[in-house]
Amino acid sequence: MTEKNQNWEPWEVFIQPGQGAPHEHAGNVHASDAEMALQNARDLFARRGKVLSIWVVPARMITASSPSDSGPFFDPADDKAYRHPKFYTVPKGVRGV
Amino acid sequence: MDDQTKLREFEARILNGELIEPKDWMPERYRKQLIRMISQHAHSEVIGMLPEGNWITRAPNLRRKISLLAKVQDEAGHGLYLYSAAETLGADRNSLINQLLDGLAKYSSIFNYPTLTWADIGIIGWFVDGAAIVNQTMLAKCSYGPYARANLRICKEENFHKKQGYEIIVTLAQGTEEQRKMAQDSVNRWWWPTLMMFGPPDGQSPNSEELMRWKIKLYSNDELRQRFIDLTIPQAKAVNLNIPDPDLRFNEKSGNWETGSIDWDEFFRVIKGYGPMNRQRIEARRNADKNGQWVRAAADAWAEKQRLKPNEMAGS
Repeated sequence: MTEKNQNWEPWEVFIQPGQGAPHEHAGNVHASDAEMALQNARDLFARRGKVLSIWVVPARMITASSPSDSGPFFDPADDKAYRHPKFYTVPKGVRGV
Repeated sequence: MDDQTKLREFEARILNGELIEPKDWMPERYRKQLIRMISQHAHSEVIGMLPEGNWITRAPNLRRKISLLAKVQDEAGHGLYLYSAAETLGADRNSLINQLLDGLAKYSSIFNYPTLTWADIGIIGWFVDGAAIVNQTMLAKCSYGPYARANLRICKEENFHKKQGYEIIVTLAQGTEEQRKMAQDSVNRWWWPTLMMFGPPDGQSPNSEELMRWKIKLYSNDELRQRFIDLTIPQAKAVNLNIPDPDLRFNEKSGNWETGSIDWDEFFRVIKGYGPMNRQRIEARRNADKNGQWVRAAADAWAEKQRLKPNEMAGS
């Protein structure tokens, strides 16, 4: 029977897959501290080169928006067409605006 | 909103090709079916390391040995991706692992067969991983986001597994008479159990209807099995290996290879725990868990010590 250890917990892993790319979520690992989380993340998500950098963060430290509120939470952005370039008109024939 | 309305919205999203994410509302059955499937898949990856691990020390040369080591390490990684995906549904990883150790969890029936010769390592890559790729390519497009993404990652790695396996078989098939015989013997022993990997025929698969309605599966067991058969037979013919099926024939009309009937009694026997290696597989997992316990405890004690240190030390 495998046991529970109090300091082991899930860490979310973010990897930078190439030069200039942003870090993106890759998955998670279980570890007892940050150093082990980094090493486990390397062994799990960077076995085939290309990865330039890894971030790990305890999963419990992440605050996420909730899907049930996603309507009201994001709808302030829904009626602001003027934030998009298509909202504006330019005389015919004018280029490069 | 009542559950009936939520269910209607959920099914509309699925029909619309949307992915369901961990915090979204989902029917309890969807959650349960996924936890069952994903944990069985995770266990299969982990148990799958054992028949191959059996040959690491006896690989015929260094090139084969480093490939096999890398492949077995990948399988461990796949198990971890999948346990993570199961956790997003609220499953507890330790409980899932304990179900496996207690012999209560299912895993792919194929890993209850022994790897008797080196050719079996080739066959596992070619047949077993080939079959797994057919299945996982579908699962990479399933309706549950974390499971789809785990499978996508897995598929990218499995292609190397299949190729290294086929290379082993081709080398043997083109080698000495003894080597060719070894390859053929391996094909003979693994062909039928590999076809069983896709699960019972559509008429006898109790979960299929629901799984397909919710796009956890996109194709039926028989459709996936057929796809594997059609892919594999030309690969066998290319190196003059015989498929051990006197009824095998090509159907010109459908463009499919049709096989003789599969011995489903054998499949159910192995699933129920009476395959050649069931006992050894669970025993090996139990030993691995037991032998690793002090390492996990030591890491935990170290972390605890760091945690209790005054803050000025923690940063150094």
